[in-house]
Amino acid sequence: MGETVLELEDLTVRFRLKRGDLTAVNGVSFSIARGETFGLVGESGSGKSVTARAIMRLIPDPPGEIPSGRVLFEGENVLDKSDAEMRALRGRRIAMVFQEPMSALNPVFTVHAQISDALRSNLGLSKAAARERVVELLSLVGIPSPHKRLDSYVHEFSGGMRQRVMLAMALSCNPGFLIADEPTTALDVTIQATILELITGMIERLGMSLLFITHNLGVVAHACDKIGVMYASHIVELGDKREIFANPQHPYTIGLLNSIPRLDTQAKYLTPIEGTVCNMMAPPNGCKFHPRCAHAMAVCREQAPRLKELAPGHFAACHLHERS
Amino acid sequence: MTMHAAGDTLLDVKGLTKHFTLHGDIYSKLAGEKAQVLKAVDGIDFHVRKGETLGLVGESGCGKSTTARLVSRLIEPTAGRIRLHDEDLLAFGATRMKAARKQIQLVFQDPYSSLNPRKTIMHILSRPMEIHGLAGSWADKRRKVLDLLDRVGLGAEHIDRYPHEFSGGQRQRIAIARALAVDPELVIGDEPVSALDVSIQAQMLNLFRDLQEKFGLAYLFIAHDLSVIRHISDRVAVMYVGKIVESGPAAALFEDPLHPYTKALLAAVPEADPDKPPPRLTLQGEVSTPIDPPPGCRLCGRCPREIRVCAEVEPPLVELGGGRAVACHNL
Repeated sequence: MGETVLELEDLTVRFRLKRGDLTAVNGVSFSIARGETFGLVGESGSGKSVTARAIMRLIPDPPGEIPSGRVLFEGENVLDKSDAEMRALRGRRIAMVFQEPMSALNPVFTVHAQISDALRSNLGLSKAAARERVVELLSLVGIPSPHKRLDSYVHEFSGGMRQRVMLAMALSCNPGFLIADEPTTALDVTIQATILELITGMIERLGMSLLFITHNLGVVAHACDKIGVMYASHIVELGDKREIFANPQHPYTIGLLNSIPRLDTQAKYLTPIEGTVCNMMAPPNGCKFHPRCAHAMAVCREQAPRLKELAPGHFAACHLHERS
Repeated sequence: MTMHAAGDTLLDVKGLTKHFTLHGDIYSKLAGEKAQVLKAVDGIDFHVRKGETLGLVGESGCGKSTTARLVSRLIEPTAGRIRLHDEDLLAFGATRMKAARKQIQLVFQDPYSSLNPRKTIMHILSRPMEIHGLAGSWADKRRKVLDLLDRVGLGAEHIDRYPHEFSGGQRQRIAIARALAVDPELVIGDEPVSALDVSIQAQMLNLFRDLQEKFGLAYLFIAHDLSVIRHISDRVAVMYVGKIVESGPAAALFEDPLHPYTKALLAAVPEADPDKPPPRLTLQGEVSTPIDPPPGCRLCGRCPREIRVCAEVEPPLVELGGGRAVACHNL
């Protein structure tokens, strides 16, 4: 893989709430190379989306704050940028697609108006040129007869088509980096398949890098090169996709993989992870996974494990691997 | 996964149909346009045997949830019959229907909206017993509720709490306990694990399995997730736009799908294994509309195996032996 495009160093995001402080992202570090697709997986509330929003500087402050860490995009710390510099970055160099297109797109403007708005303000295109480019973009994402759909409103599209519109908008200014936050979660499985194919094909064709956020391990297994597994604000395991699936090292990753019912065999019982995710307002000491972990030791209750490289490029944060 | 003889059919559904008439706005009425008909469920047959799980799978809008509501008579069908224990459920008056409701219980998808936020768990779980006259004294009810909590893996300390004090997974356990409160024979789960994270989902699937073993429950289990359906079901019925297109024993149907739609659904599932083929769509276009569908097969225009007859004649669900049935002209 080529040079590093995005690098997160010890990123921490905290929300100061009335009830107390909530650390949503805790010392997260990973990097994404040019042309690479990186999947950030985890269950609800693990901090995946907050990580993505921090990269785009979309964390509202207050209540949010980023007390430590750096987000290096093409070598520059995004967190140090002015608002004007951020506006130049968002959309043009990093674009984002969200889970729910109905709430991410504006219902009172036509699709054309929304996409050309970005084109005209970011790229300074003329009205006519922008219109032409919108048609081009809509056909690029596979919307049939784009000339006709140009002046439709969002509610006139189906869920899958809306997601295509959002993707067209994200790609409109030729960004080199795309963040996709659960882009297929709200879709039916057959539509999901087409959108995944579209995103991965587009990334490859345009030579983009991708940060893909999802809770679905099946989706990352096919859409990503590298995977980071998040649990309760930490990255607990990080590595090459094949390595993570074939040789998971963190008990949480193993538990997650065992929890998925399989299509090819039928086991009578699954092996779930016992218990529930800790309360993030009052997380346990030490490793946040220890109350649910079958291998928890005394040290796990006291000390948070650090990510350790177990094999080249394969990291896990677990005391079980500290001793070996 | 015990096999049962054909004689112990609990629920038998034939030709079940629900059409919703869509009344247009005043302008379309003035223009004399005919009202459109949304054929949510359009003549489906299936049965559930005692102690078995029938999985009903399909994409949004295929009529799965409408089927659940019809079977529990929360809405009345346009046509068809529903037999429970060989009795005509649709002929029941209010009194007999109330008794039948004790035998059919529901668990819904969203445990945040299906539990009354103003009532304690004690109230939520004892109310069904009171309605069906199954509980005596307060002490008796409390003992039964404690027993229910224990069955679904919750503790005695939870009995006087309110729903908001529980996580999503725990709330779904409460919803299951409520269904079990009246000792039903059939539990209809309408996407009961879809809103849960995968680690919690696995706990719930195990719980469903456990309760079936212990109490001989039959499940009509509705889900859009094919691996969940594969895991929990003895038999599976696949729905597409108001029709059952294929049904059969879970293992056979998943290992050797026959209907082009079943094949497409399975090929579209991203399996959590990078060595498996990537998900892809083997059909053209998007899901057809259930509003005034054209004659013929609902998959027309999307199907790779389409032949001339498909657009003209609706394929009937034909039995193939081995408990399998498929509705396709070109197998």
